[in-house]
Amino acid sequence: MATDRTTTRRIPGEAGTWVFILGDLVLFAAMFATFLVYRAEDLPTYIAGHEAMSQASGALMTLALLASSLAAALATTRLRAGAVRPARRLLLAAAGLGALFCVLKGFEYQAKVAAGHGPSASDFWTFYFGLTGLHLAHVILGIAALCAVAHELRDRERPSPRQLAGVESVTTFWHMVDAVWIVLLALLYLAR
Amino acid sequence: MRLLPIERPTLLVWSILIVATLLSWTLGDGLLLTGDARLATAAILVVAFVKVHLIAAYFMEVRHAPRGLRFLVDGYVAGVCALLVTLYLAT
Repeated sequence: MATDRTTTRRIPGEAGTWVFILGDLVLFAAMFATFLVYRAEDLPTYIAGHEAMSQASGALMTLALLASSLAAALATTRLRAGAVRPARRLLLAAAGLGALFCVLKGFEYQAKVAAGHGPSASDFWTFYFGLTGLHLAHVILGIAALCAVAHELRDRERPSPRQLAGVESVTTFWHMVDAVWIVLLALLYLAR
Repeated sequence: MRLLPIERPTLLVWSILIVATLLSWTLGDGLLLTGDARLATAAILVVAFVKVHLIAAYFMEVRHAPRGLRFLVDGYVAGVCALLVTLYLAT
């Protein structure tokens, strides 16, 4: 049993993707820590910012990304089982739910700016737009990558090893985007 | 869509993520009302990193990855969680 476990241990996706993912995670961690350091220096401004955040909007965006992650995870298992068409549909569903996240984020940005909480309104809002903007750029990159790997699978009976590794890399990246959002949600929307 | 046996843990973990998300809101609402916002926020941060651990282990399949990658990712999750909770509570 123990031997089985060691022989089946493998890096999901391509190793290069993990270098990118780990680098990205370190960058986000540094920005989260910087946010809290600045927050400590001007607590009232940040508390006012937290209180102006829309909990409902945060909840909807979280549900969209979590549902998208589930679709991406199921796409990978389906593809490994050789079910190319269901896998392709799940990848496109994951991309669609990612697009829904972008639309919700757009509405949120619009509401914040309309309420006078533009990027330069206070340090809190600079962090809010900076952190969520960088995350949104990752979401858009992820959607493009999900569509690209789904497109490559069209008219295929079975995925090539390269295509399977490509899908694993993209879905692994997509789950990381989801994980970063979970921390952003706690730091910006839920914290007080 | 019928679930493959290998997909059951995925769906179970996903359900836990949804429940943990709802729990974060309850923590926020409940503990904030009772007055201990700092404790509530520290708990919310810990719940967030438990969720990140689950996403890494089950969705990013780190639990099946070679030991080196597992240590890196688990160390990151625990280390950043400890750092952020400490920074938050030091305020």
